[in-house]
Amino acid sequence: MSGNGTYPIDRIRADFPILSEQVRGKPLVYLDNGASAQKPSAVIDRISRTYETEYANVHRGVHYMSQMATDAMEAARVKAQTFLNAADEKEIIFVRGATEGINLVASSWGRANLKAGDEIILSVLEHHSNIVPWQMIAEQTGAVIKVVPIDDAGEFLVDEYEKLLSPRTRMVAVTHVSNALGTVVPVKEVIRLAKAQGAAVLLDGCQAVPHIPVDVQALDVDFYVFSGHKLYGPSGIGVLYGKQALLEAMPPYQGGGEMIDRVTFEKTTYAELPFKFEAGTPHIAGIIALGTAIDYLNGIGFDAIAAHEHDLLTYATEQLSAMNTVDIVGTAAEKAAILSFNIQTVHPHDVGTILDHDGIAVRTGHHCAQPVMDRFDLAATVRASFGLYNTREEVDALVTGIKRVQEMFA
Amino acid sequence: MSTNLSDLYQEIILEHSRKPKNAGVLEDATAEAQGNNPLCGDRIKVYVKLDGDRISDVRFDARGCAISVASASMMTEILIGKTLDEAEEAFERFNTRLTGDEAPDLADDDELSALMGVRDFPTRIKCATLPWQTLRAALHGAGNTPITTE
Repeated sequence: MSGNGTYPIDRIRADFPILSEQVRGKPLVYLDNGASAQKPSAVIDRISRTYETEYANVHRGVHYMSQMATDAMEAARVKAQTFLNAADEKEIIFVRGATEGINLVASSWGRANLKAGDEIILSVLEHHSNIVPWQMIAEQTGAVIKVVPIDDAGEFLVDEYEKLLSPRTRMVAVTHVSNALGTVVPVKEVIRLAKAQGAAVLLDGCQAVPHIPVDVQALDVDFYVFSGHKLYGPSGIGVLYGKQALLEAMPPYQGGGEMIDRVTFEKTTYAELPFKFEAGTPHIAGIIALGTAIDYLNGIGFDAIAAHEHDLLTYATEQLSAMNTVDIVGTAAEKAAILSFNIQTVHPHDVGTILDHDGIAVRTGHHCAQPVMDRFDLAATVRASFGLYNTREEVDALVTGIKRVQEMFA
Repeated sequence: MSTNLSDLYQEIILEHSRKPKNAGVLEDATAEAQGNNPLCGDRIKVYVKLDGDRISDVRFDARGCAISVASASMMTEILIGKTLDEAEEAFERFNTRLTGDEAPDLADDDELSALMGVRDFPTRIKCATLPWQTLRAALHGAGNTPITTE
């Protein structure tokens, strides 16, 4: 079923129950992985098993079930640590998702480190979740936001970035992979140049972690965030990685239970990392099942996943490029398996509805990245984003669907 | 619910979307309003010219899908020449037919009947209603605050 003969695609597809569902009488062709990925049985079962056999609140009870749940949750933290190659498990903060992770850093780190005239560098490629939190803290502190432009291919312009950097730069917050275009940002270079100016760096890894192995120590990145649901894990759970020294120097983000050391009405002292940033009862089953998702990916291996997805992207790009009325948006040299495009004279919304009728799920709209759309003077695009279970046959189904749209609107 | 694509994209809808009526800017508009659909990034600007309490002209400038452009195009044809009261009545009737619980009356001589296929596509209803809400905002003097589908 794939261009890569050794990739166990049939077994992998069998791991995802939803892929055998029918949509409007047609097999589901799920090409909206950039929005959220489907879940393997291992993850679904792990959630059930948690609630059925080892559930209680964590870090509280002296009783057996509480200890079981705590152990499972902390084992997942170590899995996330290993996944990102963080130096210490204390550097892994569980959050609701990348959005909460970025808000945490913008608010907590921002309040402690930003003052009027300081500069925050973002890029045109950012998802709204890596724009709005910085605008909010900039408004509160008087810091100024600078934006790195992209070229017509959707490439992050390192030269322009270098011009924006100065001793006033305090934070560089950019995406690792563009959700709208698939562009892989040269983050190693971005970080090196930021460090030379003494700026901190946050990377939004949402679209990167499902496709690319990430090593936060090799990158020397200060903060890295990702969402579990894009990594074949549950929704409502994500990870913020932060360097220990930075996290320790930051004030808490939210107050509540779990994050305290001792509370009196006169003064409260806060818990150690990571609990200082984990106020309230966490998404216990979600955390545990996120660990299972990581195990699942490691079981297939990132080299195999990357090769398979690269084959799909190359094949889909060739097929769509050959269609006269299709314009591909985002043609960077290095891309993750995301293909944004438009059919001339047909609005993406109409394309989405017609493809849906063939059971093909794609994202249509601005992808929460309106500055990218503005850069190309578009309201929206159609986005096919591929995952580890997609096939060339599904690309063919997309191509057939596009032809149907063209016939209808001819 | 089974849905039929050809009910949604009827020829009359495709025709309006290809060659919309009254598209463009109305230089001597007496009222205007902006409508946004934050879900898809679509935008529409509606211009109205009033002659007393009668709508003498309507234009729209849209970046939208076939459904929203066709809806806007049909709307301009229906409302030009109507009094404000008649326009209000047309809004109400359109809204009820599109979003009400009861199946709408369909008539061959009524172009808007073609839009009723949208009822089977809940995610697209806002595409059809946005132009109307925007024009209503222009008439009600709410032109400074953009209308949003959310």
